[in-house]
Amino acid sequence: MERIIELVEDLDPGKVYDELSHPGSGAICVFFGAVREATKKRKVSHLFFEAYENMALKEMNRIADEVAEKWDLKKVIIKHAVGNKKVQEPVVIVGASSAHRDSSFEACRYLIDTLKEKVPIWKKEFFDDDEVWVSAHP
Amino acid sequence: MKILFFGITRDIVGETMVDARDLKEIGTVGELRDLLNAKYPRLKDLSSLNFAINEELAEDSEAISVNDEIALIPPVSGG
Repeated sequence: MERIIELVEDLDPGKVYDELSHPGSGAICVFFGAVREATKKRKVSHLFFEAYENMALKEMNRIADEVAEKWDLKKVIIKHAVGNKKVQEPVVIVGASSAHRDSSFEACRYLIDTLKEKVPIWKKEFFDDDEVWVSAHP
Repeated sequence: MKILFFGITRDIVGETMVDARDLKEIGTVGELRDLLNAKYPRLKDLSSLNFAINEELAEDSEAISVNDEIALIPPVSGG
């Protein structure tokens, strides 16, 4: 299984088909995470992402190892943005390609759920009059 | 030992990185946690606070060596 794993300032969603395309893949499944305009009805101006880069890349590679173990995949992509992101900009791209669709659908879900749970990346929400590190407090 | 602060812990401590070679009396993650909690009580208000030694999550019982890179890992929120 080939893998593309990156932390980048700017994600290019237009490249992902070519990145996951493979002669043996009849199915490509991709998830994009994007900046939403509001949290609990409060207007969000932008988000800021920071990563513990070396550990984050290590954890992202570990997740790729896990999906390679669980499903028969040709390619996997895990990319996350760092820095300031405006409403509607992409912040994360995960995806998989496989011979048939079941494997790539299931792997894609696993990729984003596990990334959100384990990878050391932090998001700060900026509102007009406040800023909050997401999930920091109970 | 080098201590890295990420996310809200960086805001609380006011530093990105501290070179703490003088903290020779710190033997374990748990001892470092206690010391930081005493110095920065707002750390205790977090939903959770994990520690990593050399980019791997570590239990409170794990030993810290002088050359380790320690990182404070508050609740992650990527995606």
